[in-house]
Amino acid sequence: MNLRDIAFKNLLRRKAKALFVLAGLAIGVSTVVALISFVDAMTENINHKLEKYGANILIVPKTENLSLTYGGLSLGGVSFEMQEIREQDLIKIRSIKNAANVAGLGPMVFGVVNVENHRVLLAGVDFEANWILKPWWKIDGTIPGENGVVLGSETAAVLGLNQGSPVTIKGRQLIVSGVLKPTGSQDDQLIFMPLKTAQAVLNKEGLVSMAEVAALCKDCPIDAMVKQISDVVPGAKVMAIQQVVKGRMEALAQFKKFSYGVSIVVLLVGSLVVLVTMMGSVRERTEEIGIFRAIGFRKSHVFKIVLLEAGFISAAAGILGYITGFALTKGAMHFFSESGGASIQPSLELVGGALALAVLVGLMASVYPAYLASRMDPNQALNAI
Amino acid sequence: MSYIRAENLSKQYGSSDAAVMALHNMDFTVESGEFVSIMGESGAGKSTLLSIVGAMNPPSSGKFVVDGIDVYRLGSEKRTDFRREFIGFVFQSFHLVPYLTVVENVMLPLTTVKVSKKRKRVLAEEALDQVALAGKEDRLPSQISGGEKERVAIARAIVNDPPVILADEPTGNLDSTTTHEIMGLFQRLNQEGATILMVTHSQDCAAYAKRILRVSDGRLVEKDI
Repeated sequence: MNLRDIAFKNLLRRKAKALFVLAGLAIGVSTVVALISFVDAMTENINHKLEKYGANILIVPKTENLSLTYGGLSLGGVSFEMQEIREQDLIKIRSIKNAANVAGLGPMVFGVVNVENHRVLLAGVDFEANWILKPWWKIDGTIPGENGVVLGSETAAVLGLNQGSPVTIKGRQLIVSGVLKPTGSQDDQLIFMPLKTAQAVLNKEGLVSMAEVAALCKDCPIDAMVKQISDVVPGAKVMAIQQVVKGRMEALAQFKKFSYGVSIVVLLVGSLVVLVTMMGSVRERTEEIGIFRAIGFRKSHVFKIVLLEAGFISAAAGILGYITGFALTKGAMHFFSESGGASIQPSLELVGGALALAVLVGLMASVYPAYLASRMDPNQALNAI
Repeated sequence: MSYIRAENLSKQYGSSDAAVMALHNMDFTVESGEFVSIMGESGAGKSTLLSIVGAMNPPSSGKFVVDGIDVYRLGSEKRTDFRREFIGFVFQSFHLVPYLTVVENVMLPLTTVKVSKKRKRVLAEEALDQVALAGKEDRLPSQISGGEKERVAIARAIVNDPPVILADEPTGNLDSTTTHEIMGLFQRLNQEGATILMVTHSQDCAAYAKRILRVSDGRLVEKDI
């Protein structure tokens, strides 16, 4: 028999009170767990979606000229004369600090060619990288080999070419391996071919006109990545397509702040439940505490008994709160995630956090009742019965 | 020198106009191994005296010494330790902890003592054996009779072998047969060496003691039978 036994047995006797404290704390902890898990899962979900949005960083050659195009309408001044980027410089992007956040890197080379008496913009691309950078692309046909091309939908219509049609570009015999389904973008008016082939056709071996980067920015600020890329590709201008990433991340950050606020309020309410219930419990136990003190329990022993009770119940609330919060998040993700349930995995870190949080809140809320209990005068306590 | 010495003990509750003198300049001594009854009418000051003797209620003035220790010169926590080591309490309404079994109630004074759980259990079972309650260790207080509760309370008072046992109306809630059994038990404990101070209304119970202190209006009016 020790202080732990007394605390535990008292909890078993006062089941209703113990359950009330347990429920109060567990609701608080489960809310915090649910909100944190939900925010994490949503961040994951948004990041996953951001990948689908494709490139969010553009690398273009430095130029003094201002662009004279808007919404696909060109008013001249397109700076094809500007310096190209060296392909080998782009390799350095794989060694930047946040290289792990680079999901895809797509160098492109552009040039104007004559095809079937039409001037057409030819783009050399890395088709592998394009699946990440332009996941919305759908090709009627196949990805072109070394001597193949893919036509934008409008280009195919204007040139009257289909999959399998032969086409000659700068004296080079090529085959149309596929036609891009309409994208609603400038891509519909281009001819695409593998980067190496395009560089050869355009006499731009080792050079690229621009590059697109898909950056996963869950753990990194996109601005930092832009800076890091600028440092390794000095001849280029690196720009973030800010609105996509920032807009989403800012919305999430706002929700995070809101969820922290809600968590604090719910935890405060939970701690008040603990405080009030423990106060009531201490008052009810005047006789018992009087006996303890009379027969030689020090103030610290009584203090410890009350805190042990709070500790036991808080730990149970921590575990219960985690399980409930996790289940709530699972359920919520079905409603809030468009894909019908982003993956959410149990986290040991969060279990530990929930346990620590519950015990901390439970103990803090019980300090005052424990203090009152320990200060009880044995003579007064026993006379008051 | 006497084992217990009360010198000029006074206790006042409240102050100025509302002041009530519960004890007036009380002097008495108790020798080691004595069995002393404290008698008096309701409100005479018996319980106040017992609480002072129990190291739970500091007197307004005077000195209370046990085994050479000036009890009220000890700090609050030291006085708690003193109670644990020197005094076994038998309360009027048993004051058993309802959610602890009989043996656990008896073990209570040992809770904070650095002894193994097994040893505590052995000591508690020995104490229960002394009060003829062997076999009822695992019952709850609600599952035993009034007389048995009193025996549990006595077992709890003697489990750590304190030199002094204080009993406050120990038979107040018992029938006459049980009363005599309990008083016989006190007598036996006294014969085994315990110093016993017992507050009682009953002349019959007081007769078991070797000496009676009579209290009236907070004053000691008679020190011997």
